[in-house]
Amino acid sequence: MIGAAHLHRDDEASKLGMWLFIFTELLLFAGLFIVYGVYRYLNPVAFHMAAEELSVTVGMVNTIILLVSSATMAMASTAIRLKNKQFTILLLLLTLFMAFMFMTNKYFEWKGKFEHGIFPGSEDLLRLGHGDTLFFSLYFFMTGLHALHIIVGFILITIVCYRVNNNTLTHENPVLLDNSGLYWHLVDLIWIFLFPLFYLIT
Amino acid sequence: MSDQTNLSFREQGPYKGIFAWIFSTDHKRIGLLYLYSIVSFFLIGVLLGIAMRLELLAPGRTVMDPATYNAIFTLHGVIMIFLVVVPGLPAVFGNFLLPIMIGAKDVAFPKLNLFSWWIYVFGAIIALSSLFMGGGPPDTGWTFYAPYAFKTNTNMLPAVLGAFILGFSSILTGINFIVTIHRLRAPGMTWFKMPLFPWTLYGTGWIQILATPIVGITLLMIVGERVLNIGFFDPALGGDPILYQHLFWIYSHPAVYIMILPAMGAISEIIPTFANKTIFGYKALVISTLAIAFVGYFVWGHHMFTSGMSGTALYTFSLLTFLVAIPSAIKVFNWVGTLHKASIQLEAPFFWAASFLFVFMIGGLSGLALGALATNVHLHDTAFVVGHFHFIVFGGVGFAFMGAVHYWFPKIWGRMYNSQLATTGWIIFFIGFCTLYLPMFFLGVTGMPRRYYDYVDNFHGPNVISTIGSWVLFLGLAIILFNLIKSARSGKKAEKNPWGGKTLEWTVDSPPTLENFEEIPVVEKSPYDYRKTTEL
Repeated sequence: MIGAAHLHRDDEASKLGMWLFIFTELLLFAGLFIVYGVYRYLNPVAFHMAAEELSVTVGMVNTIILLVSSATMAMASTAIRLKNKQFTILLLLLTLFMAFMFMTNKYFEWKGKFEHGIFPGSEDLLRLGHGDTLFFSLYFFMTGLHALHIIVGFILITIVCYRVNNNTLTHENPVLLDNSGLYWHLVDLIWIFLFPLFYLIT
Repeated sequence: MSDQTNLSFREQGPYKGIFAWIFSTDHKRIGLLYLYSIVSFFLIGVLLGIAMRLELLAPGRTVMDPATYNAIFTLHGVIMIFLVVVPGLPAVFGNFLLPIMIGAKDVAFPKLNLFSWWIYVFGAIIALSSLFMGGGPPDTGWTFYAPYAFKTNTNMLPAVLGAFILGFSSILTGINFIVTIHRLRAPGMTWFKMPLFPWTLYGTGWIQILATPIVGITLLMIVGERVLNIGFFDPALGGDPILYQHLFWIYSHPAVYIMILPAMGAISEIIPTFANKTIFGYKALVISTLAIAFVGYFVWGHHMFTSGMSGTALYTFSLLTFLVAIPSAIKVFNWVGTLHKASIQLEAPFFWAASFLFVFMIGGLSGLALGALATNVHLHDTAFVVGHFHFIVFGGVGFAFMGAVHYWFPKIWGRMYNSQLATTGWIIFFIGFCTLYLPMFFLGVTGMPRRYYDYVDNFHGPNVISTIGSWVLFLGLAIILFNLIKSARSGKKAEKNPWGGKTLEWTVDSPPTLENFEEIPVVEKSPYDYRKTTEL
């Protein structure tokens, strides 16, 4: 903490580290995509039928929300380089707002499923058969893990926002903002795969 | 060059007492934190192993009941794999030496490095808490195979969660090392002027990054099965337990290379120093490191030859398994080639390295017997497998670790150990090791299954020999530890370069100063240039 070794700054290293971390996140989900692929192959009909239970509209609204939030996040990276603090904060707050909207949608979607007796370990689900059980287990597990990443991203962007506001993160050291942006795009990217796998392929 | 009056890293830092260690972002202190925690867990693991051997001294009940035995072999596996050998060499010697060997003042992310250690300790505490909670310690074996892993009433959850958390520590260390190697090599140190130990850490880092997330998500799925009753691996809910095995071994086989690659790196450092000779085939050693890291991803199926796979999958995995032998053998030939016509310094680190070659060969060749399909069906899940992986993991990694401790001891503690006592400890340990594990090959071929509590009288003799071996090994270990602990406190002061090594860590003080180098060195020569004078 004290000493010259810890005072040096290497933005390239920070970026490289973040990219490597993003690989690990992708691989984390890759394990689940393998499981999804195997069970879809083994239960094609049940997966087809179960996917029709999900509302494409809700899924699409969430996709649009995330895509736009990725755009505002990327714009924030540019805005801070243009030394426009006010606009950067506005863009970050917009991103946060959309993350919140996404989670609200998710909440109502999950709540709807729970009310219909569809949740892991429920008796209604077991009655539907193995394929449906697996589909909804995967649905809750994967979107749940994704939602967890949204929350982590939310916290990260909040910290960035706070630091832009008190001038500890400026155009001279935007790497934390950039890295949070990378993380946010990752969250977006994973959703772009989750959306067709669960909502569209019916 | 600075003189010996400079303060070492132990005497510098912003905090006092224990906080000087647990809040330090100095890579050397963090390396030692890992060392002390890993050695503590190792000793617990050793005691559990000795308890197992004691139970197997005679058929039937000897000292414990079957449920305790199941718990003990599970804990032995979990502790030794997740807490000792996976972090092992990279976390201890990688942290301490990587920055010094590449001419840097610290790793790329010092705070993240400290954070990794904290995660490691946190994960270890969670994993070990399974011992003390209601329900008793887990009894599934360290592989947590489904569906038993979510049917058993023992404390699976903390053990699995602990392993998951430890995975994070491993990933963060891997990221840190890769970025460090990319960004912080000293001026002039091109990739092919980098010493071999950092090279193996680089390969290891990639495996840590690319393989660990898979086991992370798999363990998380096991948690989901137990807590939320989701049925990924439960046949009753439509899941497939074989899929669990696949996902588990997709990580856990490359994990073997996380363990063994840095061990090979340490051996590649020790051998040229004590042979006083340039390493033979530097580039071949580098490329074989990367080849092992690469091929290691594609062989996981050989753990599941009897689990049920298509014929094509069986042949492919068997063939790929044999491929791993090629880069491994290249390394062995290069080490032996380095020793050819060398004037060898007979010191403790060299003895460990030489015996590493011996046990690694036995471990590797017995691995080929297991990689062949026909023999595998016969030997699967027998004591032969136990013998094989102990020769690789304990023999390979353990011996390299011991060699590395003895080799870098003067650098780390700034003192010399008693060379004669170190050699005595080594020979007793080595004899004990062979007595302990060689009978297992015989037991396995004649049909004794692994993880069994009881056995028929035919297996009595080799089991007795093996148990006696465990006592001899423990005696050797006690001598080694006594010697090292005593010497770390009161040994003779070490010079900068007691062995005549050529890599950068031997140009700095013993122990190094806080920032390692007064001035970042400029590297012009290859790391193992012994052609000129032996003086620095």
